[in-house]
Amino acid sequence: MAKITFIQPDGTSQTVTADPGLTVMEAAKLNAIAGVEAECGGACACATCHVYIDEAWRAKTGKPATMEEDMLDFAFDVQDTSRLACQIKVTADLDGLVVRVPAKQF
Amino acid sequence: MPQDLPPPTDVAIETDALIIGAGPCGLFAVFELGLLDIKAHVVDILGKSGGQCAELYPEKPIYDIPALPIVTGQELTDRLLQQIKPFNPTFHLGERIDGLKRQSDGRFAVATDAGKTFLAKVVVIAAGGGSFTPKRPPLEGIEAFEGTSVHYAVRRMEAFKDKHILIVGGGDSALDWTLNLQPLAKSLTLLHRRDDFRGAPHSVEQMRQLVASGKMRLMIGQVGGLHGTGAELEAVTVKTKDGDERIACNAMLPFFGLTMKLGPIADWGLNLEENLIPVDTERFETSTPGIFAIGDINTYPGKLKLILSGFHEAALMSQAAQKIVYPGKKVLFQYTTSSSSLQKKLGVK
Ligand SMILES: Cc1cc2nc3c(=O)[nH]c(=O)nc-3n(C[C@H](O)[C@H](O)[C@H](O)COP(=O)(O)OP(=O)(O)OC[C@H]3O[C@@H](n4cnc5c(N)ncnc54)[C@H](O)[C@@H]3O)c2cc1C
Ligand code: FES
Repeated sequence: MAKITFIQPDGTSQTVTADPGLTVMEAAKLNAIAGVEAECGGACACATCHVYIDEAWRAKTGKPATMEEDMLDFAFDVQDTSRLACQIKVTADLDGLVVRVPAKQF
Repeated sequence: MPQDLPPPTDVAIETDALIIGAGPCGLFAVFELGLLDIKAHVVDILGKSGGQCAELYPEKPIYDIPALPIVTGQELTDRLLQQIKPFNPTFHLGERIDGLKRQSDGRFAVATDAGKTFLAKVVVIAAGGGSFTPKRPPLEGIEAFEGTSVHYAVRRMEAFKDKHILIVGGGDSALDWTLNLQPLAKSLTLLHRRDDFRGAPHSVEQMRQLVASGKMRLMIGQVGGLHGTGAELEAVTVKTKDGDERIACNAMLPFFGLTMKLGPIADWGLNLEENLIPVDTERFETSTPGIFAIGDINTYPGKLKLILSGFHEAALMSQAAQKIVYPGKKVLFQYTTSSSSLQKKLGVK
């Protein structure tokens, strides 16, 4: 089990627990986190699961792969901390992960 | 109630069935209808067949198509097109179905945005998640500029003559229009979030040459805001690593890919449940007899948005459609393996 905290643009946050093996997107959907839309169901084909990784966690979540980087071109307000939540696998290592949900998905 | 559309300007295209959507389910419907001698025309707003499979994941593998342990979205599309070839469907690609009305003779008058009209005995809505439409960047006030200064497609190149153009994106659409519009434009800026492009390498090369010779500008950054009066865009704030920059621009072309929007289907007087069309599971018919809905667009208890479910729906829908297209005709259940009449239709006998 890993705890993941989702922070909304208005500052409110929700902490959920996720089984290793799930993706961060799936953890968000299972817990009805607002602002993670995931239209394509995790196929790295929609960019509507865009999140910002908290600075402290960037080393652990790693960098996006080429396909994910390409898909991020379709997201709005992309930052250096941007990732697609469906491309991050939950591991015991990520226990405590903090991500921010963007103001808008598109 | 039955109501005729105003008489079409061109001669209407008469058909047994009109299929809205050339996704996998619309394509397979051509096959199932064809076996029952029902001729079909197929319309899709995309410039190609295959729906989500071809547009969203052509290279990705699908593992749950019966008897095809692994097949990519594009391969599945190609195989379906091959399978339906004997029935010689007519495709109308790059056109959106906008209007649908029942005529007093019981047929449906269906109109496209390109001015075509069809007269169909049955209509099959295989519209998936809706029409593929360009993604609109969530920028404040962008709607006001759309159609005048903000465009998601180029209909007439001439309209961009002597404009200060800003093109946003890093794929083939952004690059192709950069190369095509640059000679016409007063100035042209290509804006992309990173100095790395998904588009064809030779287009990237040509674009970089134009930049090197001072004929256009490449900016790395993102659009932060739009400024203008009324529908006329005057400037755009670009957010770059070195801070914000305001650039003059009176035409903007954002290319952020496509998304599915239900679109005009909502206006056809059909019952809808959360943007889906409820159907029965015997005929897959909508609240209007003669209009069927199959694939991702429909809903019923237990519905799964899977391609294989849409194939099954196409088969049962076709049986019901046959009763409308050929009223009174005795239906004989046959296998393709053994029926010589079916094999003749398939062109294998
Ligand atoms: C990334 C991804 C992976 C997937 N993986 C699988 C999988 O492994 N297995 C599986 O079974 N399914 C999978 N799916 C789902 C599958 O692709 C859909 O179930 C399937 O495409 C639905 O087919 P369809 O023919 O109903 O609609 P679509 O494929 O959505 O096609 C509908 C077409 O109708 C057109 N259209 C709509 N309205 C209009 C209009 N008014 N005028 C003109 N054209 C119109 C649209 O432009 C579109 O091309 C996946 C989907 C995605 C996005
Ligand atoms: S869910 Fe579509 S890209 Fe992540």
